[in-house]
Amino acid sequence: MSKICVTSTGKTLEAQIDPRFGRCAYFVIVDPNTMEFEAISNTAVGASGGAGIQAAQAVSGKNIEAVVTGSVGPNAYSALASSDIKIMTGASGTVKSAVEMYKANKLSEITTPGPSHMGMRGGGGRRDGRGRGQGGRGGWG
Amino acid sequence: MIITVASGKGGTGKTTIAVNLALSIGNANILDCDVEEPNVHTLLKPRKIATEDVLLPTPVVDHGKCSLCGKCGEFCEFNAIFVGKKKVVVYPEICHSCGGCRLVCPEKAIEEEGRTIGKIHQTHVKAIHLVYGELKIGEPLATPIIKAVKKQIEPKKINILDAPPGTACPVIETMEKSDFLMLVTEPTPFGLHDLAMAVDVVKQLGIPHGVVVNRAGIGDNAVQEYCKEMDIPILLEIPFDREIAEFYSRGVPFVEEMPEWKEQFLELFENAKEIMRNDS
Repeated sequence: MSKICVTSTGKTLEAQIDPRFGRCAYFVIVDPNTMEFEAISNTAVGASGGAGIQAAQAVSGKNIEAVVTGSVGPNAYSALASSDIKIMTGASGTVKSAVEMYKANKLSEITTPGPSHMGMRGGGGRRDGRGRGQGGRGGWG
Repeated sequence: MIITVASGKGGTGKTTIAVNLALSIGNANILDCDVEEPNVHTLLKPRKIATEDVLLPTPVVDHGKCSLCGKCGEFCEFNAIFVGKKKVVVYPEICHSCGGCRLVCPEKAIEEEGRTIGKIHQTHVKAIHLVYGELKIGEPLATPIIKAVKKQIEPKKINILDAPPGTACPVIETMEKSDFLMLVTEPTPFGLHDLAMAVDVVKQLGIPHGVVVNRAGIGDNAVQEYCKEMDIPILLEIPFDREIAEFYSRGVPFVEEMPEWKEQFLELFENAKEIMRNDS
C-alpha cells in the first residue's frame, strides 16, 4: 500500500487533524503499514490565491494514494483527481486515529468538491478590501 | 486631459459627479471604469451600443509535447498551474496572463489562447462619447477590462473616468496616468474614514487632487476639518437637497433640469485645471 497524506495541525501522529486542505498547517505523510511518517509544513497557508492548487502540488509528488482531510475546494479537487489521488473525509481526532480509520475503511471518499475558500473563511485569512467583487481570491486584483 | 472621479467609500456620488461634469462640459469622453457594476449608462440612457469582447491570453497545454517537468507550475506565482502525475491542469480564472509559463516551457508545449473575461461597450449620447466595461460574472480580474476601457482615452479630448470604489487594484489601475483626481465623499464618519484611505493612495501616486463633498449638510464637519488639516482643496459642495435627490431617484442627471448647476460644475472644472496648472 502506498502512503496517505493527512492534513494536520501539528507535525506528529498525535497532532489533531486539520479539516482544511489548502490552508492546513501541516501535511503528515504516513505509510499505513509501518506508521512511518514525514511531516511537511504547508507553504500554501499564506498564499494569496490558489492555495488548494499549491497544496495539491506539494503532496502530489509524495507517492500518495489518498488525502485524508475535511473538505477540498473545486481547484484542489480537480488537481488531486487528475493525479488519481483519492480524497477521504469523516476522520476526527489525531492523525494516528485518522490513519487507523482509513485502514479500517471507515472513511468516505469525497467525489464532489466543497465550496471555494472554506479554509479562508474558517481561518479568517481573507483580506476584504471592499466587501464586494474579487470572488474572495485576494491576491493581486 | 484625464480627470478621474474616485472615492474610498461606495455610494458617495462618483457617477453623479462624473456624468454631471461631462454634461456640463459638453464635448467630453466619459469612461466608466467600475467594470464590476458600471452604471454611467443608466444616467445617460444610450440607444445604440457597440460591444466587443475583452480577451485575456491564457495558457493551453499540448499534452502530447508536455514532459511533466513541472517548470511552468514552479514559475507560476499565482498557482494557476498544477503539474500532476499524468497531466498539467491549468486554472484560467487564477491566471494573470503573464505568459511566463510559455517562456519557461522547455518542450514548447504551451500556447496562449484568448479567453473572454468581459466586454466593453461604446456609445454616443449628445456630444458625449461613453465607454464602459463589463466584467463577466465569476471572473476575478477587473484590471484587464479597465485597461481595455482606458485604451479608448483620447488624449486631446477631456476624458472623465468614473472609478470603482475602494483603494485596491482596480482603483489604482483607473487612477494611473490621470491628470487630476476628484475625490467624492459625504460628510459622515464613514465618508471621512474612506476618504482618508483614498487620500493615502492618491498621495503615493502623486496626482493633483481635490475633494467634492456630496450631500453636504448631513453628518458633521469632520471632512471639512480633515481637508483643511491635510491642505486638500474642497472644490465643490453639493447640498443634501430634495430636488437633486428626486432627480437622482429618477435617474436624471440634475444639471439637465437645474441649469444653474452647470455653472457650478464648469467652475469645478476650472478649479481642477487651475490646480493642475499650479502643480506642473
